[in-house]
Order: sequence, then C-alpha cells, then structure tokens
Amino acid sequence: MTDSIAVHCENLIKRYNDTQAVNQISLDVKTGEILALLGPSGCGKTTTLRLIAGFEKPDSGRIIIGERVVADSITFVPPEKRGIGMVFQDHALFPHLTVFDNVAFGLRGKTKTEIRSIVGEMLHMVGLLSFSKRYPHELSGGERQRVALARALAPKPVLVLMDEPFSSLDADLRTEVREHVRRILKTIQATVVFVTHDQEEALYMGDRLAVLQKGHLEQIGTPEEIFHESTTRFVAEFIGDSDFLKGKIVKGGIQTEIGLIKQLVDLPLATQVEIALRPDDIDFQIDGSGNSLIIERFFRGAFNLYRLRLDSGQILHAFTEHTRILPVGARVQAHVNTDHSLNIFSA
Amino acid sequence: MTPILWGFSILVVIAILLPITYLIIRVMGAGSDAWQGLLRPQMFETIARTAWLAIAVTTVSAFIAVPIAWLTVRTDLPFRKMWAILTPLPLVIPSYVGGYLFASAFGPRGLLQQLLETLFGVTRLPEIYGFPGAMLVLTLLSYPYILLSTRAALSKLDPSLEEASRSLGYGNWSTFWRVTLPLLRPALGAGSLLVALYVLRDFGVVAIMRYSTFTRAIYVSYTSFDRSQAALLSLVVVLVTLVFLFIETRTLSRTKYFQIGTGQARPPALIQLGYWRLPALLFCVTVVFASLILPSGLLIYWLIRGLRAGEVIPSLGLIAWNSISASAIGAIVILLAAIPVVILIVRRPNKATLLLHRITYSTFALPGVVIALALVFFGANHAPWLYQTFPMLLLAYGILFLPQAMGAVRTTLLQISPNVEEAARSLGRHPVQVFFSVTLPLLKSGLIAGASLVFLTIMKELPATLILAPIGFKTLATSIWSAVSEAFFAQAAAPALLIVLMSSLPMAYFILNEKNVE
Repeated sequence: MTDSIAVHCENLIKRYNDTQAVNQISLDVKTGEILALLGPSGCGKTTTLRLIAGFEKPDSGRIIIGERVVADSITFVPPEKRGIGMVFQDHALFPHLTVFDNVAFGLRGKTKTEIRSIVGEMLHMVGLLSFSKRYPHELSGGERQRVALARALAPKPVLVLMDEPFSSLDADLRTEVREHVRRILKTIQATVVFVTHDQEEALYMGDRLAVLQKGHLEQIGTPEEIFHESTTRFVAEFIGDSDFLKGKIVKGGIQTEIGLIKQLVDLPLATQVEIALRPDDIDFQIDGSGNSLIIERFFRGAFNLYRLRLDSGQILHAFTEHTRILPVGARVQAHVNTDHSLNIFSA
Repeated sequence: MTPILWGFSILVVIAILLPITYLIIRVMGAGSDAWQGLLRPQMFETIARTAWLAIAVTTVSAFIAVPIAWLTVRTDLPFRKMWAILTPLPLVIPSYVGGYLFASAFGPRGLLQQLLETLFGVTRLPEIYGFPGAMLVLTLLSYPYILLSTRAALSKLDPSLEEASRSLGYGNWSTFWRVTLPLLRPALGAGSLLVALYVLRDFGVVAIMRYSTFTRAIYVSYTSFDRSQAALLSLVVVLVTLVFLFIETRTLSRTKYFQIGTGQARPPALIQLGYWRLPALLFCVTVVFASLILPSGLLIYWLIRGLRAGEVIPSLGLIAWNSISASAIGAIVILLAAIPVVILIVRRPNKATLLLHRITYSTFALPGVVIALALVFFGANHAPWLYQTFPMLLLAYGILFLPQAMGAVRTTLLQISPNVEEAARSLGRHPVQVFFSVTLPLLKSGLIAGASLVFLTIMKELPATLILAPIGFKTLATSIWSAVSEAFFAQAAAPALLIVLMSSLPMAYFILNEKNVE
C-alpha cells in the first residue's frame, strides 16, 4: 500500500430542500485502501458516496479523483467519465442481459477476444465462470452480489464504490460473501469506498473507518483508533454499544458510583465527566452489600451479557464467560476491569 | 358447493361460446362455394387493409407514447404533472365520437374547408376519408394504452439500473437505448397489443372514415344482405384474434423474467432537458391539442350550434334513460354471472378451472360486430323468439364484457385471504353462510368498481347495440351514429357530450387515486 491519495474530498456540502444531507465533509482515501463510511440511516454516508460517484452534484466543495478535479464550483464530470466502478445495494444487474453480457457491459472499445478474456477472468475470480449464460433472475442473492462486483471491476476502475453491498443478503450468507469480497479487493489492490450502517461489517471490511452523523464527519481512523480512542460521545456510543457513567475528576483519577477509576485526565479537578464503558470493561462479583442488581441476563453462546442497574438507576452492561450463570435479582459489586484507557467526555 | 359452481359456470361457458361456435360450424359446413369467398380479392384486400392500419396505428402510437412517458416521468419538462394528467385523457372519447368530430371538421364541406373557403376561396381539401383519417383518429384515441403501460413500467424501473450503466461509462442517451428501452420492451409490447386489438375491434372510426377493415366489411356485407360473406369475414376475424391472444400470453409469460430487484429506493434524479425543453414542450402541446383540446372544442362548437338552431332533440331524456337502464341491467346481470365463475377459478385452482379461465377470457378481444352477427345467425335459425329482443342484446353484452367484470371481481377476490373464509368455517358456518357473511361484504368494493366499469363500457358500445337492439330502442350511442351517418353533426353533439362526461368519471377517479398514492 502506497500512501498516495486516490480520492480527496474537501468541504463537501449537499442540501435537499431543508435538510443538510452532507455538511462540510472532508476526507481522503489512500490508494489501495478500503474506507468504510459508517453511520446510522440518514447520516449522509450514501449521499457522500453518490457525490464521489457523480450521481449527485455538491452544492459546494471539491472532489479530486487521482489527479483530476471531478467536482468543484466550475467543474462537474458526469459519472460515466469518472472511471469508477459501483456496486449497488440491490446489485442493479441488468435483467435483460446474461451474466456474461452484464460483466461485459462496461468494456467499451475492446475487441471480442479481449472482452471474452476479461469477462472470463472476472467470472473466474468471483467463482462464477460456469454461470455466464444465465440470467440474473436465475441466480441466488450471493451470486448476484458477485456478478455485480465482477461487472464493476471489469473495466479496471481507479475507484470502487459500494453502497451497502451486503445488506440485501441473508445474515449467514453475508459473512461468507463479505470474506470473499474482501479477499478479491485486496488481491487486486483496489481503492474502495464502501457504505454500511453495520459497525461489525465496517470493522471487518475497512482498513479505515469514517463515522458520520447528521451530515458531519465525526471521526476517521483505523478500526482500533475508532474503537479505543473515540473522539466524540456519538462515536463511542455507536461503536461497541457504550454505556455512559457520570464521574468527577479527583486527585489520582475519576470518582464514580462504582469506585475510583485510576486514569489520569488532563482536566481541572471537580470537572463533571462521562466515561464510555463497553460490556468488556465491566466485571462484577456476587456481594450482598454490592452497588448494583442483576436485572437481566442474555445468553449469547460464547458469553453471557448481563444488564446491571446501579442504585442511582444507571444501567451498565457486562460480558462474562458463558459458564458463569448468576440469578436475576442478585446483588453484585460492579467495577471497572480493563487494561486500556477509557474514553472520557466532559459532561 | 363446487358442483353447483361448476354447473353454473358451464351454463355461462355455453352461453358465451354457443353463438361463436355456431357461426364457425356453419361457415365450415357451408360447402366449397362459400369457401371460394376466402379466395376473393376482396378478402385479401380486407386483410391487408386491417393489418396495414393496425401496424401503422401501433407504430405511430408508440412514437407518440414512449417519448411522452419518458418526458413526464424522468425529465424536467415544464408543467410535467399537468401533461401527465392530460395525455391519457383521450381514452374517454369513444371511437365513433372521435371519428364524428374529425370528420365534421376536416371532411369535405367540413368546418376547416368552410373556414378556408371564406378566407382564401379554398374549395377542396386533401381527402380525409380512408386510410389517413382512420389512422390519424385511431392513433390519437389509442396511444394512451401504450402511454399508460410504458409509464407504469418506467416509474417502477429501479433507477440504480440506469446509474449502473452510467457508472460503467455510458451517457444519458446510450443508457436510454441500451438499458431503459430494452427494460421497457414488455410494457411496450403489452401496450402495443392493446392498441392493435383496439384497431382490430374498432367499428366507429373505420365506419365513419369509410375504410373497409374487417369490422366495416362485415357490417357492410350484413346490411347489404350478403350474410355468408359477413360470416366468412367474421370467421377470419376470430382466427386473427386467436393469433393475437396467443402472442399476448407469450408476452405475458416472458415479462415475468424482467421483474427482479427490490424496487426503487429513491426517486431518480430528473434529467435536465436543456435546450431540448422547447421542442419537448411543443411536442406535448401538439399531441394534447390534437387528441384532446381540438375534439372537446369541436364538441362544444357543435353543441352550441345545435342549441342555437333548436336541434337538440327533445327525446334526449328518453334516449339517455334507455342507455342508462340497459347499461345498469347489463352490468348487474354480467356481474352476477361473473361471481360464481371467479370464485371457482380463484378458490379451486386446478387444470380444469384454468381452462375455464382461459375460455371465459377468450372473447374479450372479439369485435362487437362479430358477436352481434353470430347472435343474429343463431337467433334467426334457432331462436326466432329471441331475435331483436332485449335479452338477446344482454347476451351480446355478456359475451363482450364478462371478461372485464371477471377481471374486477378476480382482483378483489385474490386480495381476500382464503384463511378468512376458513376461519368462518372453523367457527361453524356453512359455506353458503360464509359467502354471504364474510366473502360478499369483503368483495363489495371490487363489485361496485367492476359494475361501474361494465356499466360505462356498455353505455359506449355501438356495433352490437346497433345490430341487436329491439326496433325503436335508441341509445345515446346509436343516436350519435344515426345523426352522424346523415351528417347532422349538431344533433350528435348532446348525446356525445353526455357519453364523454360519463366515461370521464372513472378516469377522474383513477387520476385522483394515483395522486393519493404519490
């Protein structure tokens, strides 16, 4: 992976009537990386993708693909001239064309022999060589997904865009197709921007993640950075389902309802803060005079997820091993048990 | 329950098929002399004329309808919504009313010629009678069939298909030819078939424009007492119609393959017409003017002229009453006949009921002239007591419009889950009680819709009414016809306006509903 920039977006703004779909988004995609645009529905991730593709025109801002300005206040390059390959949410395979013709669709100005060899190569790559004469309606969801990928990759685009590419697949199929697709994209070292609302998928697929909310870019970074060093409360809440516990800065750490958390924070004493706690950060023991009650237990197979209620009414979640089964209603002593630093936000 | 339904359905099938079957058998058994008629040059000419007219009207209609569908659904055409509402409206003009208005304006000694004569001394206009007039009027009246089907397909089309083509390097124009148009092909095919059948069945326009396609040739032979020729022509029409129906079932079964995908997630961005805006607008203005504004204007003109001359027939009330009562009785009887047959088809789907379905639908494409003629033959030879009576006319309406009534009932019945009926059975009701306490109340809205549709179609029907109505029984349609055939254009205006207004009601309802859905 080189560190050259494949896509550069600068202060993108897009409004629809009264809603600000994309508000001052700036981000870079490095050549050969997979960037995941992640956020809840309506956060502007799909609009950002469609701005890069050229299906929408930004109200202001600049987009550069490779060396070329494709959108700014005077330039607008239409999608067909941007050299992109797009995989759509519902695959958008042409129902009137065979698998072969779908993949060959974007290969213009090539001889028949060239087309045959490229399409063959693409179908081989996605493992559908024997399906070339079939029509889209004769394929399963996963097969359609792979044809859509082959069709987008065939013209050797400089940039691959994927709009919720796995959302129309069944859950069990999704994991399998996802692995396959990531392997292919990495083999050909494609530069990819892909949109998802599923944090697990973003963490799995993305070399880097961009978390969006209400048209804003909240944070961009590697999956580890996003997870462990969330810069905003929204990111911490959206990634890893955090609970937020109130605390106060004291000497030597943060005083909370479940005791002193020994983490030094560069804030004045007595500042009110909130600490993002994920279920793996919390542990507890049975204790008749403990600080919380077990109100629910969810068996998740590999582990148990407990829901605890502190005396203040605050809810915390905690993972324990799958063999440790404790009764609902038991009083326990909860405490923070982690060796990494926690995300702190001023309240 | 089932045997009773079957017994009833078989009676219906017999009533529907008997006249046509009788006609076919009689022609077939008429001996080689009659068969010589098939080889007469007149026969070939009729076939060629009909085919030529059908092909021309369908082609020109497609060239009018597809651009309008695309412009009103996908572009920033000025007043897009208004054009979307106005362009299907010519459907409410019955063909003989359209033919009458155009003939009155552009025919010899018509309004245009009179006007040009006072202004410039022009005494002759290019001939409108024959092919040009028939083609022009039929196209203007029937292009909405293609428009509605392609427009529906276009607005259901997944916009990401076109976006995929754009992302693969094709511009707007090549995307239209390579992706959009191929995807519209089934809808275009279905619409074109409707237009071709409309031409094949049409009596009003070809009769007024004096262009002898099958329906006019049959009518002329019949009125000149050359009945064997009329029967022979009818037989050929039946065969041609069967070919069309075969094509239709083939197209329908192929369209299934085109329906994949999850439907559209976002409305597609409107295509900027740029400097094509003006030509596009001009095109819509021309089509709406010729197909809607001009006929309405002419109708109002003739009405005013008729009122001034005191020509509005005093018996209009009686005629309207005849029309309304005949249509109402027809609608109720046909609907009652349709219900048991539809229940059998929908609730007991098997090979036998599928055949029943096919048979009962098969008559929908037949021209009214042919049905009427078959009934005349049958009545004259085997049921003289029925000949030129009201029940005979009702039977003709039944044969012509039962498919329409069945369609309406079937759509509603398919929406009622059989579980609801089974629930009532499990609560201890007898099937007959279930029908009256559960099925019928749920069917009510569909029945009302079906009945009003049949009511209006009967009211507009001309050829069968003309041939079979009891002597002295004049309806709105037949009084327009007789006024027009004697060139009393002003006399035809009032009944024509009544019919157009009546047929506008379901169209208005349809438009309002379509807007609600949006």
